[in-house]
Order: sequence, then C-alpha cells, then structure tokens
Amino acid sequence: MTGMPPEYLQYPMRRYGMDHDRYDWSMLPRRKPVTWPGNARVALWVIPALEWFPIDMKGKPFKPPGAMQTAYPDLRHYTLRDYGNRVGIWRIMKALDRLGIRASAAANAAVVARYPALIKACVDRRWEIIANGVDMDHLHYTGLPIEEERKQIETTLSVLQRVSGQKIRGWLSPAKSQSHATLDLIAAAGLDYCCDWVNDDMPYAMRAQTGALTAMPHPIDIDDYTILLQNHHSEDEFTEQLCDQFDVLYDEAATQGGRIMAISLHPWITGQPYRIGALEKALTHMVQRKGVWSATGAEILDAWKAQQ
Amino acid sequence: MPLRDPGLYDYLPYDATRPKITWPNGARVAFWVAPNVEFYELEPAKNPTRGAWPKPHPDVVGYSYRDYGNRAGFWRMLESFDRCGMRGSVSLNVAMCEHHPEIIEACAQRGWEFYSHGTYNTRYMLNMTEAQEREVIQDSIDTIKKHTGQRLDGWLSPALTYTERTLDLVADMGLTYVCDLFHDDQPSPVKTKTGTIASIPYSLEMNDTIAYNVNLVSPRAYGEIIKRQFDRLYEEGAESGTVMCIPLHPYLVGWPHRIRAFEEALRYITGHDKVWLATGREIAQHFIKHHLADFKRASLKVGEAP
Repeated sequence: MTGMPPEYLQYPMRRYGMDHDRYDWSMLPRRKPVTWPGNARVALWVIPALEWFPIDMKGKPFKPPGAMQTAYPDLRHYTLRDYGNRVGIWRIMKALDRLGIRASAAANAAVVARYPALIKACVDRRWEIIANGVDMDHLHYTGLPIEEERKQIETTLSVLQRVSGQKIRGWLSPAKSQSHATLDLIAAAGLDYCCDWVNDDMPYAMRAQTGALTAMPHPIDIDDYTILLQNHHSEDEFTEQLCDQFDVLYDEAATQGGRIMAISLHPWITGQPYRIGALEKALTHMVQRKGVWSATGAEILDAWKAQQ
Repeated sequence: MPLRDPGLYDYLPYDATRPKITWPNGARVAFWVAPNVEFYELEPAKNPTRGAWPKPHPDVVGYSYRDYGNRAGFWRMLESFDRCGMRGSVSLNVAMCEHHPEIIEACAQRGWEFYSHGTYNTRYMLNMTEAQEREVIQDSIDTIKKHTGQRLDGWLSPALTYTERTLDLVADMGLTYVCDLFHDDQPSPVKTKTGTIASIPYSLEMNDTIAYNVNLVSPRAYGEIIKRQFDRLYEEGAESGTVMCIPLHPYLVGWPHRIRAFEEALRYITGHDKVWLATGREIAQHFIKHHLADFKRASLKVGEAP
C-alpha cells in the first residue's frame, strides 16, 4: 500500500467562507429582512417546466430526469412527456387562472418553436418565460466545447424572445446541469438570474466573469418529480408537504422578512387528472392566507434587488 | 487478505443475561441527537476508490443541495433544538471551523459537543497509509481544541469510509468512543489493538438521510417512526437502559417542509420524564465508568464460521 498522494491531505481552499468564488458565504437568518410589495409575507412563485425529450436522446453526459428508458423508439416515454405540453400544462393553466396565479414557465426552446400556441397562451396570461435550454437532450456540462455551449444559449434565447416577445431574464439549465463556463456565458448573454443552485430559500448574488447574476431559489426536494416519482409519496402527501413548506415560510416571514414559496412543476406529472387536485388544494391553502404575493421570478428579483 | 469479520466485538445477547445498564436519575433512555455539520468540496482531490460527486464537475445540484444545510437548514434546525431544550452532539467535518465559524460558535455557545467526522465529507480514509490516517485524526484533535476548547472524544468516519486500522488508530490516539457500528441498541465494548473503547449507538434507521432519501419516508412519516422507535426503547429501558440517537443533516431536516414534523417528534421525546437528554460524550463516559467492564466480562467468544 503506497497510500494517497500528499495532495490528498492538503487543502488549498480551507479558508473562511466558500471553497470557490462563485458566491459569498451568507446565513439566511442574519440577512437584512426583505419587504415584498403590499407588505406580503410570502412571494408565491410557480414554475412549470415546458420540456421536450427527443425520442433519439443521447443522454450525454447523463440521462436527465424524465429521459427515454426503453429501446428506440421509446414511444411510451416520448409521448408521456409530450402529454405535459399538450394536455397537462393546459390543466395547470386553468387551475392557476382560477386561483389568480401568474407563473414563470421554464421552457425549452424546442417547445417554444414546436408549440407557439402554448407560448402565446402563457404570454397572454402575462406569465414570464424562463429559458430552459434547447431541449432535454442538450445539457450543459464540462467537456462540451465552449462555442457549442454559447451557441446553445444563443439559440435558446433567440427562439424564446422571437416567439414570446419578452426580454428573457431567467435561466434554468436542463437537469440543472452546468459546465464551469455556464454562469459566465449566461451572464454574458444578458440574463439576470439563474435557477440551478438549490442552496438557499432566498435570492443571493453570484459572480460571473462578465457581470453579476442572481441565484433564485428553485428547490428540488418539494417538486412533483422528487415527491411523486422519486419518493413514491401519495398525492395527499404532496399536498401536505407543499402546505407544510408554505406554513413554515409564512411564519418565519413574521420575524425574518419576506420569504419565497417556489414550486417547480412538471406538467407531465402534476397535469394528470388524478394529480391536479393535489396541486389545487395546496395552492388554495396558500392564496387564502393574507399577505401572499403571486409573482413571476423577474418581479420577485426586481423587488429583492431594489432592497440590496 | 480482507477480513471476513472485522473482529471489533464479541457476542452479547440482548436478553436478561446482559448486565443491566442504569442511567443517571433512573432514566430509561439516554437520548442524543447528532447533527452532521458537514462541508463538501466543489472540487476535491480525487480518491481512486470513491469519487466525490456522481455527476460531471461541477456537480451543481450535488454541491448546492448540501450547501443549503449551512446557509439555511442549520439555523432552522437550531431553533427547533432550542425550543425543545435539546443539545446537539455535532458530527463535525472539522474544516467547518475555518469555513463557517459562525456555525461552530452557535453550537459552542449552547454547550453542544463536537466530535470528529473527518476533515471534509469529500476526503475519504480509503487507501491511506497509517501515517496519513494519523494525520487526519490529529488534525481533528487539534482543530476542535483550537476552535472550541473541547477535547475530542468521539469519532464517526468521514462519509463512513475506513481502512482496516481506522478504529485502532482512533483508540490509540486517545478517543474514547465511536459511532461507526450499528450492531446494538446499547453501548458496547469495541476491541482495538491498544485497548477497549466504547461503541455508542448512532443509527442508520433514524438517520434523516437514510429515512428521506433511501427509504423515501415522507417528512410526517419520519416524525412517526422516530416516536415509535422511542416508545419501544422507552418501554425496554424500564429493564435496562437503552440509547436512542437521531443523526441529522441540516441540508435535509432543515427544509421548511420537514422541520415541523421533526420538531414535533423531538418535543414528544424531550417531554418524557425518564429520558436522559445527553450528548455522545456523556453517554460514553457513563458507560465506560459504570458498565464497560461488566459488558466485557459477560461477552461471549465468537465461534469460527465454517
């Protein structure tokens, strides 16, 4: 046994704060409290993902959640994912309309180009469109040539802006996968915020070579994929967990300032007839409370930024 | 040649022949909670046996998922402990003392114990030489002493990684208890090359990581299984003292949708009369002083496997 090389017991980044320079160390309860418009306690941010999984997926460098699974052509998974764009999202839209909630749709460029009618419906409702990459088979990862990655971002933004007419401000990487260059590239492309990092309940400042970027909370542990598909919890438990999350944030806001209830949804999961009621029940619980501000990511970001 | 039996303990049936454990003030259960206060590195040096991250670097989700514990989850968990009058026994990646001293201060102020969980949760004991393992253990002893004034007594290997000699070295360097063994609901003697130390029951079953992310237990169901575990150990503790541990990870239990169900279970336990709200060190000290010798004497030699 020759043991480990000496570097294994050397720690060049052992220092105060983080072991990298992408953002500073900061403790949630010790920050300046934030006030939301109308003195709301909780900003309610609903983020349905509009995803397209090509049937010839390469899954490089890994298969994203929801990828094809059986031998080509995997009609079964292709069509069930596409169900989300064709039926599920419309059912979610109806539920959100009824509750007076505007959402931020995180859309693959492929969905936007293929189904402009869907994007028009989002824009008509004054929903925000967040860039969610080219499609679910165009991941961002170290090893992808930087020019290709830059092109993926440019393609995504140009398609989204052309069809939606919006200036796109938010970015969510497909499967939240980033290369070492992603933050720099999306900042250089003029994006204002990124939803990939899951380390906070509130926005925080990130550093990029070409400017500033804000991280926005986009949690995975309370999304429909994690709770329903990965953890195999029931629809009632999905409702409970969303409500429990909300109640703690709502109470915390009384002493620590405004909080954000961010709900990431996959219409191919939650948009099923037997599941939509679980979402409606949770959202009804939330909007019935006083001091809940339904907002888009960009609106929450602007309110937060104005107070930093 | 790999061992077939790690040879760390003898057999001792969980029945009336086992020496009786008595806890202070006639408590039935010695209850302790062990938050794992951890730092995972974004780009750690590589160990050939085990990679730090499942995804290509930078593993944004893997890294930030755990960083949540320090930024947000820990603080929420701390409030729950305070409201229930519970102290923690921190399973500490000691580099946290440098990275996030505010967390260390918050624990120290409350009289919590610190024991070692290695330097980083992304540096494994695997493939180390004896000298390298000693260097890691010494780093823990020195760093905890320097930043908290506490003597290091307990060990839980970083990411539960070992060589065959790790526990021998831990004992040789003066630590008195380990949390790495899951063979019992009471403390027990651990045989090492330089003498006997104590195994204090930790628990994988009660560990939030295992419950939430391996057994896929919902937050409210986690509260329920904690209460059931406690109820049975409390009942059995009327005959001989038992130990219950809840190992936690602030990046999991500290989420808003999980903390309240956990706190309710914690309040349930701390609301009982005959429960000793202890730290790992206190349990180890009591067991070593009053029961270790009896347990050693009563233990049965293990036969040869065919």
